Amino acid sequence: MLCPAPIIALGRSLGSVAIGDLLAVAADDPAARHDVPAWARMRGQEYLGERAAEDGVPVYVVRRLS
Amino acid sequence: MANAAVYLDTASSEPLHPAARETLLAALDHGYADPRRLHGPGRTARLLLDNAREAIAGALGVRRDEVTFASSGSRAVQRGLLGLAGARAERGRPIAHSAVEHQAVTDAAAWWGAPRELGVDAYGRLDLDAVRSLAPDTAALALQSANHEVGTLQPVAEAAEIAGGVPLLVDACASMGRVPLPHGWDALAGSAHKWGGPSGIGVLLIRHRARWIDPFPAGDPFARTDEPVDIAAALAAAAALQAVVAERDQIGSRQRALIDRIRARVADIADVDVVGDPVERLPHLVTFSFLYVDGEALVTELDRLGFAVASGSACAVDTREPSRVLAAMGALTHGNVRLSLGRETTPAEVERFLDVLPGVVHTIRERAGL
Repeated sequence: MLCPAPIIALGRSLGSVAIGDLLAVAADDPAARHDVPAWARMRGQEYLGERAAEDGVPVYVVRRLS
Repeated sequence: MANAAVYLDTASSEPLHPAARETLLAALDHGYADPRRLHGPGRTARLLLDNAREAIAGALGVRRDEVTFASSGSRAVQRGLLGLAGARAERGRPIAHSAVEHQAVTDAAAWWGAPRELGVDAYGRLDLDAVRSLAPDTAALALQSANHEVGTLQPVAEAAEIAGGVPLLVDACASMGRVPLPHGWDALAGSAHKWGGPSGIGVLLIRHRARWIDPFPAGDPFARTDEPVDIAAALAAAAALQAVVAERDQIGSRQRALIDRIRARVADIADVDVVGDPVERLPHLVTFSFLYVDGEALVTELDRLGFAVASGSACAVDTREPSRVLAAMGALTHGNVRLSLGRETTPAEVERFLDVLPGVVHTIRERAGL
């Protein structure tokens, strides 16, 4: 996914998880590494960090706070 | 199109200042000879080049023998930095630089070998504690006077004092002419087309007491020679610099107020990151990023509406990499716009921009389903 598709996906999906639950997006777009934490800061959500999917693609994890 | 394009990208390249244009036309017929030759036309060329040097030294408040010309701002940065490093250290001892330097610096530091990156805060300002922990074997330190993407002024004098014996190259390309030179540098670089001079003219200042050696093959590596430049263009660059320095209090305060207005109005748009120091900054420049907005679409749509702006978003640049500056600051990298005002930008033009911007952002977000 190219920028800002991963962030758009996060924004669209936030409402589908309960407050306190986790949401993750897999993205090989280099901007996502910076933009997922920035999105969390701007939207008042918690950025938990990055892990790698089985195929090596980075997965960015956030917790819904509001 | 109803209106002529409003050019809001002077931080990339400023239109030729009227003083530069006048000087350029007057000098074009006289600066053609090789200034190193002893014949009459050569002496005339030499005289014009020395006049340019003198005018630049006067405008910047430095010694005439500290001013050399380079073929671009990037070239001045690289000659300055590598020359300081080479006079002090073997290759392989690292060059340190802030995380938000221009690519001319990061490329030179990487080419030299084993660069060390120093962190910045959320405004993009250098972390002085990182300078305190500089290794004593650091070959040179590079720091910009002000950031070219977000406008934040850097604590150059403080960094120089902390760095002690490590020589300091200041990249002043974004600020030269617009704000006074900072203190503490050993070499300092500027770029004429960013202050309204012609392109293809860089200025490299080397302190008379600094140790510097030509980083490229040279007959006398200790001579602080000019790179060959178009002499009429160098003279025009000097005339523009004098004019810009003379009018900067007036134009700078007008631009500062317009940028304050833009920052306040843009902050009212939902989900926007207005970036950089709101106060300790260049007078003419502001950057902001919109969540869920494609930077390329934003620039293209604003261009269609008659506004020329820059963007640091990955999708708006040919490398497809996000801006290192925005990333280092933790700022949003997509949906990014950098506005930089010219000396003739009017409040009415700014208002027109501010009136169309929310609609453009809204339309792009709507298309994305948000």
